[in-house]
Amino acid sequence: MKKMGAFSKLYLVLIFSFMYLPIAVMAVFSFNQSKSRTLFTGFTLGWYQSLFHNDMILSALGLSLVIALVSSVIATVLGTMASIGIYSMRRTVRGVIMNVSYMPVINPEIITGVSMMLLFVVVKNSIHLQIFGIPTLLVAHITFNLPYVIFNVSPKLRQMDIRMWEAALDLGCTPIQAFFKVVLPELMPAILSSFLICLTYSIDDFIISYFTSGTMQTLPIAIYSMTRKKVSPEINALSTILFVVIFTIILLINAKDSRNEKKNAVRI
Amino acid sequence: MKLKSKIIAAPYLVWMTAFIIAPLLMVLYFAFTDKAGSFTLENLSGLSQYTPVFVRSILLAAIATVICLVLAYPLSFMLSRLREGKQRIMLMLVMLPMWMNFLLRTYAWMTLLERNGLINRFLGLFGIGPLNMINTQGAVVLGMVYNYLPYMILPLYTIMVKIDDSLIEAAQDLGAGRVHTLTKVLLPLSVPGITTGITMVFVPSISTFIISRMLGGGSNLLIGDLIELQFLGNSYNYNLGSAMSLVLMVVVLLCMSFTNQLDNENKEGGVV
Repeated sequence: MKKMGAFSKLYLVLIFSFMYLPIAVMAVFSFNQSKSRTLFTGFTLGWYQSLFHNDMILSALGLSLVIALVSSVIATVLGTMASIGIYSMRRTVRGVIMNVSYMPVINPEIITGVSMMLLFVVVKNSIHLQIFGIPTLLVAHITFNLPYVIFNVSPKLRQMDIRMWEAALDLGCTPIQAFFKVVLPELMPAILSSFLICLTYSIDDFIISYFTSGTMQTLPIAIYSMTRKKVSPEINALSTILFVVIFTIILLINAKDSRNEKKNAVRI
Repeated sequence: MKLKSKIIAAPYLVWMTAFIIAPLLMVLYFAFTDKAGSFTLENLSGLSQYTPVFVRSILLAAIATVICLVLAYPLSFMLSRLREGKQRIMLMLVMLPMWMNFLLRTYAWMTLLERNGLINRFLGLFGIGPLNMINTQGAVVLGMVYNYLPYMILPLYTIMVKIDDSLIEAAQDLGAGRVHTLTKVLLPLSVPGITTGITMVFVPSISTFIISRMLGGGSNLLIGDLIELQFLGNSYNYNLGSAMSLVLMVVVLLCMSFTNQLDNENKEGGVV
């Protein structure tokens, strides 16, 4: 397309303002001296200060990070193993397993959360142990992360040249050596990207954690309880920090990508 | 791969059975039993009193989906015709809000829509208002549109990037006006993006309980709120909650088979 019409430009501006104005307003009012959400009375960093002394938020952030890391590691390992196992199965069996794996993705999150909660309640009542908390959170997060690992790693496995593996065996590798020296390096990009996807989903998840956490608070759950209290400008400060962090990460990834592309272009 | 490696999928298969299949069977079990554990259909038949809530949920989610589609369609097309470098930046701008937790995004609107919120103050400058915006169905729809608009833009954009400029030019050369180019060329080619977008907006919209709670007040309950009340709220009735969950799943499956059908019909049409 040649030049964009004035109307199109206006439309783009309108949609993007719709998407960003609420975030911008929050950012501005995170520096507001008074608790008012409509009148800007003066500049302060006070809300940021009190945020960093807010034990509830800090411990929730800690829990979120631990759950995200542990569940992502386990989901990535388990999912990679599953992909390799499923790969050598018959097509019909593979189809069934893939369809079941897809369930947590297509089901509304509330259903996944509620159904796991039911299971945990039944287990809790039959073994008389308080399992709600970190154990249930971990199980839930691993479960909703697993499909993303399988759907990322499986295609990579299918693209791989099987002869590499056979060549390694012919040249005297044991199957285990061949796996670690040939297959795993080939799969590594997919494994890494699924690990990152798991991390972000896990940190961001509210609904499933809400039903499976018992009285524990992850960061999104802490945010939820803050929004229930109506006026708490600390939320604005927290949003602004998160936005800046995310923005920086995405900017860095983008810069790296476009540099790589330029390099490739020059090579061609 | 002659890995003889089926066995290493075993841990996952156990996990899948225990934490995907078993929980769903639990929902089924609880939906068809009473508190004492004997079989009953009362949970499901008791749902009829909640019909207005179900209707409202479907209606609001459908309205939000349509608005998302109408807003996103031209935008995705414009994005897909930009220079590549610009496309990348714009796409980043579309995705950026998605990475913010949706509770925070919804909270932002809560403060904007309040009776003495920023929007009403702004309107007040022109002598309008104050309008009642928070705690209305409109606010709930707005929340859905705001939260899920990117889920409509992305699949539409992905499919439109693949539509060649020359197809549009050919249509125009052959005498098609703007309307005909849209209905005969663009729309049919972008059906897969439309159907994916519809599912990706409709499913989270119809099952939300946060948006309705934060922006709809107490009076605009949706299915999600009802379910949440049965499991964590005051109502506390797992059996009834499971029955509601079951119905929600059926609604979602119906929506998906509907969009699948659209996809298939479109494919058949393409062959002819």
